[in-house]
Amino acid sequence: MTAPAEFTTLIGGVFAILVVATVIGQVLKSRMGPDNEVVENLVARINAWWGMVVLLALAMLGGQAGVVILFALLSFAGLREFLTLTAKRRADHWALAVSFFIILPVQYALIWADWYGMFSVFIPVYAFLLLPIVVAVQGDTDGYLTRVAETQWGLMICVFAASHVPALLSLNIPGYEGKNVLLVAFLVVVVQLSDVLQYVWGKMIGRHKIAPRLSPSKTWEGFVGGIASASAVGAGLWWMTPFSPLEAAGLALVITLMGFFGGLVMSAIKRDKGVKDWGHLIAGHGGFIDRLDSVVFSAPIFFHLVRYFWSVA
Amino acid sequence: MFHTILSQLVGTAIALFARVVTAVRGVWQGVEPVPRQRVYFANHTSNGDFVLIWTVLPPALRARTRPVAAADYWLTGKLKTFIGREVFNSVLIDRNPQTRREDPIVQMVTALDDGASLILFPEGTRNMTDQTLLPFKPGLYHLAQKRPDVEIVPTWIDNLTSVMPKGKIIPVPLLCSVTFGAPLEVIEGEDKAKFLARAEAALAALAQEVAR
Repeated sequence: MTAPAEFTTLIGGVFAILVVATVIGQVLKSRMGPDNEVVENLVARINAWWGMVVLLALAMLGGQAGVVILFALLSFAGLREFLTLTAKRRADHWALAVSFFIILPVQYALIWADWYGMFSVFIPVYAFLLLPIVVAVQGDTDGYLTRVAETQWGLMICVFAASHVPALLSLNIPGYEGKNVLLVAFLVVVVQLSDVLQYVWGKMIGRHKIAPRLSPSKTWEGFVGGIASASAVGAGLWWMTPFSPLEAAGLALVITLMGFFGGLVMSAIKRDKGVKDWGHLIAGHGGFIDRLDSVVFSAPIFFHLVRYFWSVA
Repeated sequence: MFHTILSQLVGTAIALFARVVTAVRGVWQGVEPVPRQRVYFANHTSNGDFVLIWTVLPPALRARTRPVAAADYWLTGKLKTFIGREVFNSVLIDRNPQTRREDPIVQMVTALDDGASLILFPEGTRNMTDQTLLPFKPGLYHLAQKRPDVEIVPTWIDNLTSVMPKGKIIPVPLLCSVTFGAPLEVIEGEDKAKFLARAEAALAALAQEVAR
């Protein structure tokens, strides 16, 4: 329980935002009546945010152990949703079991061990080659490539990409020792805030749909407003990072853009598979992937940018 | 006393395990989860089927709902007997007419008269084919005739086959759901074949809705 002082400030700020959001939600509810679906969904979302923020804060207070375990569990929940929708036959049973019970835990063990050279190739190289072998020896070739490729996609998105959030703790940045958990906080807060602000801007002034076939709720106004304001907030959070305000703004812009397109890509998969949400476990939001798609897409890019420009071996 | 606590603990552990693996969700589409006496009749593809139904029932209903299960499966081995008898309080029936000493219909009606609801798999055995359902056995018809006040509720268990295909031991975590449809209407004097066809059609229609 040795969180940096900046962490307390940040959490205080996030709680203040949630209190304001909760009050707004209740005011809207009493004005628009309890039957308004948009308001009902908004209130459900805000309530779920309380739970998610508390969980994330507790994990971060637990240091590396807390963050690694939390994201391993999130990967499990995400992979469970993803592989529910992918093509599979009885012959894939072993490949699926190996994905859940070997590949996922090994990836997080490598993250835990700070073994960069291995955790960055384990899934893209070793699991990538192993999986088609495990399926091929079963001898069922109906839709073989589709089945293998969709399983590999699940592992890349839900395990490999997601594991780059706790991987931030392994970076060695001179003058920033013991504070890496703040990089996790910066990434998650900026990207999630960007999602929220895109939603808020979109609901308030959104007119022009950006990708009606993929995601009917995304608008140009929401996109520009959300990305710009979240990047501004990211710049304003420079004091908790090893970056200058300008660098913080640049990185925030990159991760919010990746987050936006991550949401778009995951929506495309949902449309392809004919579902509205990935799951049902987070009230108002849908499934775990619905909430994490933006973080998952931005985490590896953020990790590599920070590693290349700020970290020393 | 100790036995009761143990069986409750094991029951909770099994339900928790089912939730971790399948995040199972109960969809009360045609009925509400209220304490009415019912026969939930469901598709059968896996030994975990009734565990899923049992898991999504609210605890108050769960305590009064008994699965109808095959004695030849559940009475082999001490652990299975404990789970079948004590944890799930199953109505254990002998599927073989040659060897059985009790009439399964009488056993089920007795359980209903004691106030229990039942979980019944009218296909009689696990469906390993590509068809939606196997032909129904007549037990459901006899129950409906003998106790017409009991609601006959079609119950579709979705995706458990992928979690645990036939012959596999390790379950793969995938999302499952249990959907409860509207109870079958009571039609007086309906013959057996017509009733069973209607029950099958109701469950197959529910399956189609879930797939959409």
